[in-house]
Amino acid sequence: MRPVAAFLCLVSACLMVPAGAPKASTLVADLSRHLVAISTGFAGTDVLLFGATEGKGDVVVIVRGPDRPVVVYRKSRVLGVWVNTAQMTFDRAPSFYAIASSRPLAEVAPASLLARRQMGLDNLRLELPRAKASASVEQEWRAGLIRNHEAQGLYSAEVGRVIFLGNRLFRVRINLPANVPTGTYQVEVFHLQEGRVVSAQTTPLQVSKVGAEAAIYDFAYQNSALYGLIAILVALMAGWAAHLAFRKA
Amino acid sequence: MQIYLPIAEMSVNAFLLLGMGGGIGFLSGLFGVGGGFLITPLLIFIGIPPAVAVGTGANQIVAASVSGVLAHWRRGNVDFKMGLVLLLGGFSGSTLGVMLFSFLRGLGQIDLVISLSYVIFLGIIGALMLYESAKTMRRRKTAPGQRRKLHQHTWVHGLPLKMRFRRSKLYISALLPLTVGFVVGVLAAIMGVGGGFVMVPAMIYLLGMPTNVVIGTSLFQIIFVTANVTFLQAYANQTVDVVLAMMLLIGAVIGAQFGARAGARLQGEELRGLLALMVLAVCGKLFFDLLVTPADIYSIGVAR
Repeated sequence: MRPVAAFLCLVSACLMVPAGAPKASTLVADLSRHLVAISTGFAGTDVLLFGATEGKGDVVVIVRGPDRPVVVYRKSRVLGVWVNTAQMTFDRAPSFYAIASSRPLAEVAPASLLARRQMGLDNLRLELPRAKASASVEQEWRAGLIRNHEAQGLYSAEVGRVIFLGNRLFRVRINLPANVPTGTYQVEVFHLQEGRVVSAQTTPLQVSKVGAEAAIYDFAYQNSALYGLIAILVALMAGWAAHLAFRKA
Repeated sequence: MQIYLPIAEMSVNAFLLLGMGGGIGFLSGLFGVGGGFLITPLLIFIGIPPAVAVGTGANQIVAASVSGVLAHWRRGNVDFKMGLVLLLGGFSGSTLGVMLFSFLRGLGQIDLVISLSYVIFLGIIGALMLYESAKTMRRRKTAPGQRRKLHQHTWVHGLPLKMRFRRSKLYISALLPLTVGFVVGVLAAIMGVGGGFVMVPAMIYLLGMPTNVVIGTSLFQIIFVTANVTFLQAYANQTVDVVLAMMLLIGAVIGAQFGARAGARLQGEELRGLLALMVLAVCGKLFFDLLVTPADIYSIGVAR
Protein backbone atom coordinates (compact mmCIF):
# COMPACT_ATOMS: atom_id res chain seq x y z
CA MET A 1 0.00 0.00 0.00
CA ARG A 2 2.09 2.88 -1.30
CA PRO A 3 -0.36 5.69 -0.39
CA VAL A 4 -0.46 4.55 3.20
CA ALA A 5 3.32 4.40 3.42
CA ALA A 6 3.61 7.88 1.96
CA PHE A 7 0.97 9.09 4.36
CA LEU A 8 2.83 7.72 7.35
CA CYS A 9 6.04 9.35 6.14
CA LEU A 10 4.30 12.69 5.96
CA VAL A 11 2.77 12.21 9.38
CA SER A 12 6.13 11.52 10.98
CA ALA A 13 7.68 14.44 9.10
CA CYS A 14 5.00 16.77 10.44
CA LEU A 15 5.37 15.59 13.98
CA MET A 16 9.12 16.11 13.88
CA VAL A 17 8.92 19.70 12.68
CA PRO A 18 10.85 21.70 15.29
CA ALA A 19 8.91 24.34 17.17
CA GLY A 20 10.96 27.18 15.78
CA ALA A 21 10.45 26.42 12.06
CA PRO A 22 9.68 29.40 9.81
CA LYS A 23 5.94 30.08 9.50
CA ALA A 24 5.82 30.48 5.74
CA SER A 25 2.75 28.34 5.33
CA THR A 26 0.24 26.76 7.68
CA LEU A 27 -0.61 24.00 5.23
CA VAL A 28 1.14 20.98 3.75
CA ALA A 29 -0.68 18.58 1.48
CA ASP A 30 0.13 16.03 -1.16
CA LEU A 31 -1.57 13.45 -3.34
CA SER A 32 -1.05 9.71 -3.03
CA ARG A 33 -0.04 9.88 -6.71
CA HIS A 34 0.26 12.58 -9.31
CA LEU A 35 -0.56 10.48 -12.34
CA VAL A 36 -3.82 8.67 -12.99
CA ALA A 37 -3.12 6.25 -15.81
CA ILE A 38 -6.04 5.17 -17.96
CA SER A 39 -5.31 1.71 -19.31
CA THR A 40 -7.45 -1.15 -20.65
CA GLY A 41 -9.03 -2.17 -17.37
CA PHE A 42 -9.67 1.40 -16.14
CA ALA A 43 -13.02 1.66 -14.38
CA GLY A 44 -12.58 4.78 -12.30
CA THR A 45 -10.23 5.22 -9.38
CA ASP A 46 -9.64 6.98 -6.08
CA VAL A 47 -6.81 9.40 -5.36
CA LEU A 48 -5.97 10.14 -1.77
CA LEU A 49 -5.04 13.67 -0.71
CA PHE A 50 -3.46 13.98 2.70
CA GLY A 51 -1.85 16.76 4.62
CA ALA A 52 -1.50 18.69 7.82
CA THR A 53 -2.44 22.16 8.99
CA GLU A 54 -0.76 24.30 11.56
CA GLY A 55 -3.29 25.50 14.06
CA LYS A 56 -7.01 24.91 14.02
CA GLY A 57 -9.36 25.67 11.22
CA ASP A 58 -11.11 24.11 8.27
CA VAL A 59 -9.84 22.58 5.08
CA VAL A 60 -11.56 22.85 1.69
CA VAL A 61 -10.34 20.88 -1.32
CA ILE A 62 -11.36 21.60 -4.92
CA VAL A 63 -10.49 19.34 -7.84
CA ARG A 64 -10.88 20.92 -11.27
CA GLY A 65 -10.41 19.26 -14.65
CA PRO A 66 -8.95 21.30 -17.52
CA ASP A 67 -11.26 23.98 -18.94
CA ARG A 68 -12.83 23.35 -22.32
CA PRO A 69 -15.51 24.96 -24.46
CA VAL A 70 -18.95 23.36 -24.11
CA VAL A 71 -22.04 23.78 -26.28
CA VAL A 72 -25.38 23.58 -24.52
CA TYR A 73 -28.48 22.78 -26.56
CA ARG A 74 -32.07 23.46 -25.55
CA LYS A 75 -34.91 21.36 -26.93
CA SER A 76 -38.45 22.47 -27.63
CA ARG A 77 -41.39 20.80 -29.22
CA VAL A 78 -41.71 21.18 -32.98
CA LEU A 79 -44.69 19.36 -34.52
CA GLY A 80 -44.82 17.03 -31.54
CA VAL A 81 -41.16 16.04 -31.76
CA TRP A 82 -38.45 17.31 -29.40
CA VAL A 83 -35.82 19.20 -31.37
CA ASN A 84 -32.72 21.20 -30.38
CA THR A 85 -33.92 24.70 -31.20
CA ALA A 86 -31.37 26.87 -29.42
CA GLN A 87 -27.71 26.60 -28.48
CA MET A 88 -25.15 28.54 -26.47
CA THR A 89 -21.41 28.04 -26.21
CA PHE A 90 -19.60 28.46 -22.92
CA ASP A 91 -16.00 29.22 -23.85
CA ARG A 92 -14.56 27.85 -20.63
CA ALA A 93 -16.11 25.24 -18.38
CA PRO A 94 -14.15 22.85 -16.16
CA SER A 95 -14.32 19.32 -17.52
CA PHE A 96 -14.42 17.98 -13.97
CA TYR A 97 -15.34 19.55 -10.65
CA ALA A 98 -15.45 18.08 -7.16
CA ILE A 99 -15.24 19.73 -3.76
CA ALA A 100 -14.71 18.47 -0.25
CA SER A 101 -14.82 20.31 3.04
CA SER A 102 -14.28 19.54 6.72
CA ARG A 103 -17.62 21.17 7.62
CA PRO A 104 -20.61 22.37 5.55
CA LEU A 105 -19.42 25.13 3.22
CA ALA A 106 -21.80 27.74 4.62
CA GLU A 107 -20.24 27.32 8.08
CA VAL A 108 -16.69 27.41 6.78
CA ALA A 109 -16.68 30.73 4.97
CA PRO A 110 -18.95 33.68 4.14
CA ALA A 111 -20.79 33.67 0.81
CA SER A 112 -18.51 36.32 -0.67
CA LEU A 113 -15.43 34.17 -0.12
CA LEU A 114 -17.14 31.04 -1.43
CA ALA A 115 -18.04 32.94 -4.59
CA ARG A 116 -14.56 34.40 -5.04
CA ARG A 117 -12.83 31.04 -4.66
CA GLN A 118 -15.49 29.20 -6.73
CA MET A 119 -16.32 26.91 -3.84
CA GLY A 120 -19.41 24.84 -4.58
CA LEU A 121 -21.19 24.23 -7.89
CA ASP A 122 -23.38 27.32 -7.37
CA ASN A 123 -20.26 29.45 -7.36
CA LEU A 124 -18.67 27.96 -10.43
CA ARG A 125 -17.72 30.76 -12.80
CA LEU A 126 -19.35 29.92 -16.11
CA GLU A 127 -19.92 32.87 -18.36
CA LEU A 128 -21.67 33.37 -21.64
CA PRO A 129 -20.59 36.19 -23.91
CA ARG A 130 -22.37 39.28 -22.54
CA ALA A 131 -24.09 40.21 -25.78
CA LYS A 132 -25.78 36.83 -26.11
CA ALA A 133 -27.72 36.38 -22.90
CA SER A 134 -29.32 38.41 -20.15
CA ALA A 135 -28.55 37.47 -16.56
CA SER A 136 -31.75 35.47 -16.00
CA VAL A 137 -31.45 33.53 -19.26
CA GLU A 138 -27.80 32.88 -18.58
CA GLN A 139 -28.75 31.34 -15.26
CA GLU A 140 -30.94 28.74 -17.00
CA TRP A 141 -28.25 27.76 -19.49
CA ARG A 142 -25.71 27.56 -16.70
CA ALA A 143 -27.99 25.29 -14.68
CA GLY A 144 -28.48 23.11 -17.76
CA LEU A 145 -24.74 22.75 -18.24
CA ILE A 146 -24.20 21.83 -14.59
CA ARG A 147 -27.10 19.34 -14.52
CA ASN A 148 -25.74 17.53 -17.58
CA HIS A 149 -22.25 17.29 -16.13
CA GLU A 150 -23.74 16.00 -12.89
CA ALA A 151 -25.68 13.35 -14.78
CA GLN A 152 -22.41 12.18 -16.33
CA GLY A 153 -20.76 12.07 -12.93
CA LEU A 154 -18.25 14.79 -13.86
CA TYR A 155 -19.53 17.45 -11.46
CA SER A 156 -20.68 16.58 -7.99
CA ALA A 157 -23.08 18.81 -6.13
CA GLU A 158 -22.43 16.87 -2.98
CA VAL A 159 -19.62 18.23 -0.85
CA GLY A 160 -17.18 15.46 0.03
CA ARG A 161 -15.75 15.04 3.49
CA VAL A 162 -12.32 16.16 4.56
CA ILE A 163 -11.56 13.87 7.48
CA PHE A 164 -9.41 15.20 10.31
CA LEU A 165 -7.34 12.76 12.31
CA GLY A 166 -6.76 14.65 15.50
CA ASN A 167 -6.37 18.41 15.19
CA ARG A 168 -3.84 18.75 12.42
CA LEU A 169 -3.80 15.81 10.05
CA PHE A 170 -6.42 15.42 7.37
CA ARG A 171 -7.19 13.28 4.39
CA VAL A 172 -9.68 13.34 1.50
CA ARG A 173 -10.61 10.61 -0.92
CA ILE A 174 -11.08 11.96 -4.45
CA ASN A 175 -13.11 9.72 -6.71
CA LEU A 176 -12.49 9.87 -10.46
CA PRO A 177 -15.18 8.04 -12.49
CA ALA A 178 -14.46 5.81 -15.51
CA ASN A 179 -15.40 8.56 -17.99
CA VAL A 180 -13.02 11.08 -16.42
CA PRO A 181 -11.64 13.50 -19.04
CA THR A 182 -7.89 13.49 -19.62
CA GLY A 183 -5.58 16.43 -18.99
CA THR A 184 -3.91 18.32 -16.18
CA TYR A 185 -6.13 18.74 -13.13
CA GLN A 186 -5.62 21.32 -10.42
CA VAL A 187 -6.16 20.22 -6.85
CA GLU A 188 -6.58 23.34 -4.70
CA VAL A 189 -6.32 22.99 -0.94
CA PHE A 190 -7.40 25.86 1.32
CA HIS A 191 -6.81 26.26 5.01
CA LEU A 192 -9.44 28.53 6.53
CA GLN A 193 -9.66 30.11 9.97
CA GLU A 194 -12.65 32.18 11.05
CA GLY A 195 -13.92 32.53 7.52
CA ARG A 196 -10.62 33.64 5.99
CA VAL A 197 -8.15 31.77 3.86
CA VAL A 198 -4.92 31.67 5.83
CA SER A 199 -3.07 29.38 3.48
CA ALA A 200 -3.59 27.74 0.11
CA GLN A 201 -1.77 25.25 -2.03
CA THR A 202 -2.29 23.99 -5.57
CA THR A 203 -1.11 20.56 -6.69
CA PRO A 204 -1.33 19.31 -10.26
CA LEU A 205 -2.82 15.90 -11.02
CA GLN A 206 -2.20 14.38 -14.43
CA VAL A 207 -4.90 12.17 -15.92
CA SER A 208 -3.75 10.48 -19.09
CA LYS A 209 -4.20 7.46 -21.24
CA VAL A 210 -1.22 5.10 -21.21
CA GLY A 211 -0.05 2.09 -23.17
CA ALA A 212 -2.25 0.74 -25.96
CA GLU A 213 -5.09 3.16 -25.19
CA ALA A 214 -2.85 6.21 -25.57
CA ALA A 215 -1.27 4.76 -28.71
CA ILE A 216 -4.63 4.08 -30.37
CA TYR A 217 -6.01 7.49 -29.46
CA ASP A 218 -2.96 9.37 -30.72
CA PHE A 219 -2.82 7.28 -33.87
CA ALA A 220 -6.50 7.90 -34.62
CA TYR A 221 -6.01 11.67 -34.39
CA GLN A 222 -2.57 11.99 -35.97
CA ASN A 223 -2.78 9.43 -38.78
CA SER A 224 -6.52 9.39 -39.37
CA ALA A 225 -6.36 7.99 -42.90
CA LEU A 226 -4.05 5.12 -42.00
CA TYR A 227 -6.10 4.42 -38.89
CA GLY A 228 -9.23 4.11 -41.04
CA LEU A 229 -7.51 1.71 -43.43
CA ILE A 230 -6.21 -0.46 -40.59
CA ALA A 231 -9.67 -0.54 -39.00
CA ILE A 232 -11.08 -1.87 -42.29
CA LEU A 233 -8.26 -4.39 -42.72
CA VAL A 234 -8.75 -5.74 -39.19
CA ALA A 235 -12.48 -6.12 -39.84
CA LEU A 236 -11.88 -7.93 -43.15
CA MET A 237 -9.40 -10.34 -41.56
CA ALA A 238 -11.69 -11.02 -38.62
CA GLY A 239 -14.62 -11.83 -40.90
CA TRP A 240 -12.45 -14.08 -43.06
CA ALA A 241 -10.93 -15.83 -40.03
CA ALA A 242 -14.38 -16.53 -38.63
CA HIS A 243 -15.50 -17.99 -41.94
CA LEU A 244 -12.48 -20.31 -42.10
CA ALA A 245 -12.90 -21.38 -38.48
CA PHE A 246 -16.51 -22.33 -39.06
CA ARG A 247 -16.00 -24.04 -42.41
CA LYS A 248 -13.59 -26.51 -40.82
CA ALA A 249 -15.83 -27.12 -37.84
CA MET B 1 -14.80 -7.17 -16.56
CA GLN B 2 -14.60 -3.54 -17.58
CA ILE B 3 -12.78 -2.48 -20.73
CA TYR B 4 -11.75 1.08 -21.55
CA LEU B 5 -12.63 2.35 -25.03
CA PRO B 6 -9.94 4.80 -26.20
CA ILE B 7 -12.00 6.79 -28.73
CA ALA B 8 -15.36 6.74 -26.94
CA GLU B 9 -13.33 7.61 -23.79
CA MET B 10 -15.37 5.52 -21.43
CA SER B 11 -15.30 2.09 -19.85
CA VAL B 12 -17.90 -0.58 -20.58
CA ASN B 13 -18.43 -4.18 -19.51
CA ALA B 14 -16.63 -6.43 -22.00
CA PHE B 15 -19.20 -9.24 -21.77
CA LEU B 16 -22.04 -6.83 -22.50
CA LEU B 17 -20.29 -5.86 -25.74
CA LEU B 18 -19.53 -9.48 -26.68
CA GLY B 19 -23.15 -10.43 -26.01
CA MET B 20 -24.51 -7.54 -28.05
CA GLY B 21 -22.19 -8.43 -30.90
CA GLY B 22 -23.24 -12.08 -30.76
CA GLY B 23 -26.96 -11.33 -30.78
CA ILE B 24 -26.65 -8.91 -33.63
CA GLY B 25 -24.35 -11.21 -35.59
CA PHE B 26 -26.96 -13.95 -35.29
CA LEU B 27 -29.66 -11.68 -36.73
CA SER B 28 -27.28 -10.50 -39.43
CA GLY B 29 -26.65 -14.06 -40.56
CA LEU B 30 -30.32 -14.94 -40.28
CA PHE B 31 -31.77 -12.04 -42.23
CA GLY B 32 -28.85 -10.94 -44.37
CA VAL B 33 -28.92 -7.47 -42.91
CA GLY B 34 -25.80 -5.92 -41.43
CA GLY B 35 -27.52 -5.53 -38.09
CA GLY B 36 -26.44 -1.90 -37.96
CA PHE B 37 -30.00 -0.71 -37.48
CA LEU B 38 -29.91 -2.50 -34.12
CA ILE B 39 -26.29 -1.99 -33.13
CA THR B 40 -26.20 1.79 -33.50
CA PRO B 41 -29.29 2.42 -31.32
CA LEU B 42 -28.04 -0.17 -28.79
CA LEU B 43 -24.63 1.50 -28.56
CA ILE B 44 -26.28 4.88 -28.05
CA PHE B 45 -28.50 3.29 -25.43
CA ILE B 46 -25.52 2.06 -23.35
CA GLY B 47 -24.05 5.57 -23.43
CA ILE B 48 -21.62 5.58 -26.37
CA PRO B 49 -21.65 9.05 -28.01
CA PRO B 50 -23.91 8.84 -31.12
CA ALA B 51 -21.15 9.92 -33.50
CA VAL B 52 -18.83 7.16 -32.24
CA ALA B 53 -21.69 4.64 -32.35
CA VAL B 54 -22.28 5.42 -36.04
CA GLY B 55 -18.60 5.29 -37.07
CA THR B 56 -17.84 2.14 -35.10
CA GLY B 57 -21.07 0.45 -36.17
CA ALA B 58 -19.96 0.75 -39.79
CA ASN B 59 -16.59 -0.83 -38.97
CA GLN B 60 -18.21 -3.73 -37.18
CA ILE B 61 -20.60 -4.39 -40.08
CA VAL B 62 -17.62 -4.79 -42.45
CA ALA B 63 -16.49 -7.85 -40.50
CA ALA B 64 -19.94 -9.35 -40.01
CA SER B 65 -20.70 -8.95 -43.72
CA VAL B 66 -17.44 -10.54 -44.87
CA SER B 67 -18.08 -13.69 -42.88
CA GLY B 68 -21.71 -13.66 -44.09
CA VAL B 69 -20.92 -13.13 -47.76
CA LEU B 70 -18.37 -15.94 -47.85
CA ALA B 71 -21.01 -18.36 -46.60
CA HIS B 72 -23.42 -17.20 -49.32
CA TRP B 73 -20.75 -17.15 -52.00
CA ARG B 74 -20.07 -20.84 -51.48
CA ARG B 75 -23.72 -21.52 -52.23
CA GLY B 76 -23.51 -19.34 -55.36
CA ASN B 77 -25.93 -16.77 -54.00
CA VAL B 78 -24.00 -13.62 -54.94
CA ASP B 79 -24.68 -11.65 -58.15
CA PHE B 80 -21.32 -9.88 -58.49
CA LYS B 81 -22.31 -7.81 -61.51
CA MET B 82 -25.36 -6.44 -59.74
CA GLY B 83 -23.25 -5.95 -56.61
CA LEU B 84 -20.72 -3.83 -58.50
CA VAL B 85 -23.36 -1.57 -60.01
CA LEU B 86 -25.01 -1.10 -56.60
CA LEU B 87 -21.57 -0.42 -55.18
CA LEU B 88 -20.88 2.38 -57.66
CA GLY B 89 -23.97 4.20 -56.41
CA GLY B 90 -23.13 3.21 -52.83
CA PHE B 91 -19.67 4.75 -52.90
CA SER B 92 -20.84 8.16 -54.05
CA GLY B 93 -23.85 8.05 -51.74
CA SER B 94 -21.84 7.19 -48.63
CA THR B 95 -19.22 9.85 -49.40
CA LEU B 96 -21.94 12.49 -49.62
CA GLY B 97 -23.51 11.04 -46.47
CA VAL B 98 -20.35 11.45 -44.38
CA MET B 99 -20.07 15.08 -45.53
CA LEU B 100 -23.70 15.64 -44.56
CA PHE B 101 -23.01 13.96 -41.21
CA SER B 102 -20.16 16.35 -40.38
CA PHE B 103 -22.30 19.33 -41.41
CA LEU B 104 -25.30 18.28 -39.26
CA ARG B 105 -23.01 17.52 -36.34
CA GLY B 106 -21.79 21.11 -36.49
CA LEU B 107 -25.39 22.33 -36.37
CA GLY B 108 -26.14 20.15 -33.33
CA GLN B 109 -28.90 18.34 -35.19
CA ILE B 110 -27.22 15.01 -35.90
CA ASP B 111 -28.97 13.08 -33.11
CA LEU B 112 -32.37 14.24 -34.34
CA VAL B 113 -31.58 13.39 -37.95
CA ILE B 114 -30.30 9.94 -36.94
CA SER B 115 -33.49 9.21 -34.97
CA LEU B 116 -35.83 10.63 -37.61
CA SER B 117 -34.14 8.66 -40.39
CA TYR B 118 -34.56 5.49 -38.36
CA VAL B 119 -38.22 6.17 -37.61
CA ILE B 120 -39.11 7.01 -41.22
CA PHE B 121 -37.21 4.23 -42.97
CA LEU B 122 -37.79 1.48 -40.44
CA GLY B 123 -41.49 2.42 -40.27
CA ILE B 124 -42.11 2.34 -44.02
CA ILE B 125 -40.07 -0.78 -44.66
CA GLY B 126 -41.29 -2.70 -41.64
CA ALA B 127 -44.94 -2.05 -42.50
CA LEU B 128 -44.40 -2.94 -46.15
CA MET B 129 -42.65 -6.19 -45.37
CA LEU B 130 -45.14 -7.24 -42.75
CA TYR B 131 -48.02 -6.60 -45.14
CA GLU B 132 -46.33 -8.56 -47.93
CA SER B 133 -45.41 -11.55 -45.83
CA ALA B 134 -48.86 -11.73 -44.20
CA LYS B 135 -50.45 -11.60 -47.65
CA THR B 136 -48.21 -14.34 -49.03
CA MET B 137 -48.66 -16.57 -46.03
CA ARG B 138 -52.45 -16.26 -46.27
CA ARG B 139 -52.40 -16.94 -49.99
CA ARG B 140 -50.25 -20.01 -49.46
CA LYS B 141 -52.84 -21.41 -47.07
CA THR B 142 -56.01 -20.65 -49.08
CA ALA B 143 -54.93 -21.07 -52.68
CA PRO B 144 -51.89 -23.32 -53.05
CA GLY B 145 -50.33 -23.87 -56.42
CA GLN B 146 -51.10 -20.40 -57.75
CA ARG B 147 -48.07 -19.22 -59.72
CA ARG B 148 -46.82 -15.63 -59.57
CA LYS B 149 -45.52 -13.80 -62.60
CA LEU B 150 -41.71 -13.46 -62.59
CA HIS B 151 -42.06 -9.67 -62.63
CA GLN B 152 -44.38 -6.99 -63.93
CA HIS B 153 -43.46 -4.59 -66.70
CA THR B 154 -43.78 -0.91 -65.78
CA TRP B 155 -42.31 2.47 -66.82
CA VAL B 156 -39.15 1.41 -65.03
CA HIS B 157 -38.35 -0.99 -67.83
CA GLY B 158 -38.33 1.88 -70.35
CA LEU B 159 -35.25 3.52 -68.79
CA PRO B 160 -32.00 3.66 -70.83
CA LEU B 161 -28.66 1.93 -70.09
CA LYS B 162 -30.10 -1.55 -69.96
CA MET B 163 -27.87 -4.29 -68.61
CA ARG B 164 -28.23 -8.06 -68.34
CA PHE B 165 -27.77 -9.59 -64.86
CA ARG B 166 -27.54 -13.34 -65.42
CA ARG B 167 -27.52 -14.57 -61.85
CA SER B 168 -30.55 -12.43 -61.00
CA LYS B 169 -32.30 -13.34 -64.29
CA LEU B 170 -32.90 -9.65 -64.97
CA TYR B 171 -32.58 -7.29 -67.94
CA ILE B 172 -33.02 -3.81 -66.46
CA SER B 173 -31.64 -0.29 -66.65
CA ALA B 174 -28.39 0.19 -64.70
CA LEU B 175 -29.81 3.50 -63.43
CA LEU B 176 -32.12 1.57 -61.12
CA PRO B 177 -29.50 -0.28 -59.03
CA LEU B 178 -27.28 2.84 -59.19
CA THR B 179 -30.03 4.93 -57.55
CA VAL B 180 -30.81 2.26 -54.97
CA GLY B 181 -27.10 2.01 -54.14
CA PHE B 182 -26.77 5.79 -53.83
CA VAL B 183 -29.73 6.23 -51.48
CA VAL B 184 -28.61 3.32 -49.31
CA GLY B 185 -25.07 4.78 -49.27
CA VAL B 186 -26.32 8.08 -47.85
CA LEU B 187 -28.32 6.22 -45.20
CA ALA B 188 -25.34 4.00 -44.37
CA ALA B 189 -23.23 7.05 -43.55
CA ILE B 190 -25.83 8.95 -41.55
CA MET B 191 -27.37 6.05 -39.66
CA GLY B 192 -24.26 3.89 -39.22
CA VAL B 193 -25.94 0.97 -40.89
CA GLY B 194 -25.03 -1.29 -43.77
CA GLY B 195 -28.38 -0.44 -45.26
CA GLY B 196 -29.42 -4.06 -45.70
CA PHE B 197 -32.86 -3.35 -44.29
CA VAL B 198 -33.46 -0.86 -47.11
CA MET B 199 -31.40 -2.70 -49.71
CA VAL B 200 -33.06 -6.10 -49.34
CA PRO B 201 -36.66 -4.90 -49.84
CA ALA B 202 -35.54 -2.54 -52.60
CA MET B 203 -33.88 -5.42 -54.45
CA ILE B 204 -36.95 -7.62 -54.09
CA TYR B 205 -39.70 -5.09 -54.78
CA LEU B 206 -37.99 -2.42 -56.92
CA LEU B 207 -35.48 -4.43 -58.91
CA GLY B 208 -37.44 -7.68 -58.86
CA MET B 209 -34.44 -9.85 -57.97
CA PRO B 210 -35.05 -13.47 -56.92
CA THR B 211 -34.95 -13.80 -53.12
CA ASN B 212 -32.12 -16.35 -53.04
CA VAL B 213 -29.48 -14.01 -54.49
CA VAL B 214 -30.72 -10.90 -52.66
CA ILE B 215 -29.06 -11.55 -49.31
CA GLY B 216 -25.65 -12.58 -50.64
CA THR B 217 -25.54 -9.68 -53.11
CA SER B 218 -26.65 -7.14 -50.53
CA LEU B 219 -23.97 -8.36 -48.09
CA PHE B 220 -21.37 -8.17 -50.85
CA GLN B 221 -22.00 -4.51 -51.55
CA ILE B 222 -22.48 -3.66 -47.85
CA ILE B 223 -18.85 -4.69 -47.20
CA PHE B 224 -17.57 -2.00 -49.52
CA VAL B 225 -20.01 0.73 -48.59
CA THR B 226 -19.39 0.28 -44.85
CA ALA B 227 -15.63 0.09 -45.48
CA ASN B 228 -15.92 3.44 -47.25
CA VAL B 229 -17.94 4.88 -44.36
CA THR B 230 -15.43 3.53 -41.82
CA PHE B 231 -12.56 5.17 -43.65
CA LEU B 232 -14.28 8.52 -44.09
CA GLN B 233 -15.62 8.66 -40.51
CA ALA B 234 -12.16 7.81 -39.17
CA TYR B 235 -10.53 10.35 -41.45
CA ALA B 236 -12.96 13.27 -41.13
CA ASN B 237 -14.49 12.82 -37.67
CA GLN B 238 -12.17 10.43 -35.72
CA THR B 239 -15.22 8.53 -34.53
CA VAL B 240 -14.15 4.92 -35.18
CA ASP B 241 -13.24 3.07 -31.99
CA VAL B 242 -11.31 -0.05 -33.01
CA VAL B 243 -11.38 -1.54 -29.51
CA LEU B 244 -15.17 -1.23 -29.41
CA ALA B 245 -15.46 -2.60 -32.95
CA MET B 246 -13.22 -5.57 -32.10
CA MET B 247 -15.29 -6.47 -29.04
CA LEU B 248 -18.50 -6.32 -31.05
CA LEU B 249 -17.17 -8.20 -34.04
CA ILE B 250 -15.72 -11.10 -32.06
CA GLY B 251 -19.27 -11.75 -30.92
CA ALA B 252 -20.78 -10.82 -34.27
CA VAL B 253 -18.73 -13.08 -36.58
CA ILE B 254 -19.51 -16.10 -34.42
CA GLY B 255 -23.19 -15.18 -34.13
CA ALA B 256 -23.45 -14.65 -37.90
CA GLN B 257 -22.41 -18.25 -38.60
CA PHE B 258 -25.13 -19.63 -36.38
CA GLY B 259 -27.61 -17.16 -37.83
CA ALA B 260 -26.89 -18.26 -41.40
CA ARG B 261 -27.52 -21.90 -40.44
CA ALA B 262 -30.74 -21.10 -38.60
CA GLY B 263 -31.86 -19.04 -41.60
CA ALA B 264 -31.47 -22.02 -43.92
CA ARG B 265 -34.08 -23.90 -41.89
CA LEU B 266 -36.71 -21.14 -41.87
CA GLN B 267 -39.04 -20.37 -44.76
CA GLY B 268 -38.60 -17.14 -46.70
CA GLU B 269 -41.97 -15.66 -45.82
CA GLU B 270 -41.67 -16.39 -42.12
CA LEU B 271 -38.18 -14.91 -42.16
CA ARG B 272 -39.51 -11.75 -43.78
CA GLY B 273 -42.35 -11.51 -41.28
CA LEU B 274 -39.98 -11.87 -38.33
CA LEU B 275 -37.61 -9.25 -39.69
CA ALA B 276 -40.57 -6.92 -40.27
CA LEU B 277 -41.68 -7.23 -36.65
CA MET B 278 -38.21 -6.51 -35.38
CA VAL B 279 -37.81 -3.49 -37.64
CA LEU B 280 -41.15 -2.12 -36.44
CA ALA B 281 -40.22 -2.63 -32.79
CA VAL B 282 -37.01 -0.59 -33.14
CA CYS B 283 -38.91 2.06 -35.08
CA GLY B 284 -41.62 2.27 -32.40
CA LYS B 285 -39.08 2.66 -29.60
CA LEU B 286 -37.21 5.46 -31.37
CA PHE B 287 -40.42 7.26 -32.29
CA PHE B 288 -41.62 7.07 -28.70
CA ASP B 289 -38.32 8.59 -27.52
CA LEU B 290 -38.75 11.52 -29.89
CA LEU B 291 -42.27 12.24 -28.64
CA VAL B 292 -41.84 11.74 -24.93
CA THR B 293 -40.79 14.80 -22.93
CA PRO B 294 -37.04 14.48 -22.27
CA ALA B 295 -35.80 14.31 -18.68
CA ASP B 296 -33.79 17.46 -19.30
CA ILE B 297 -34.50 19.81 -22.18
CA TYR B 298 -30.89 20.99 -21.98
CA SER B 299 -28.11 18.79 -23.31
CA ILE B 300 -24.38 19.34 -23.84
CA GLY B 301 -21.87 18.68 -26.57
CA VAL B 302 -18.21 19.39 -27.13
CA ALA B 303 -17.68 22.63 -29.02
CA ARG B 304 -15.71 22.10 -32.20
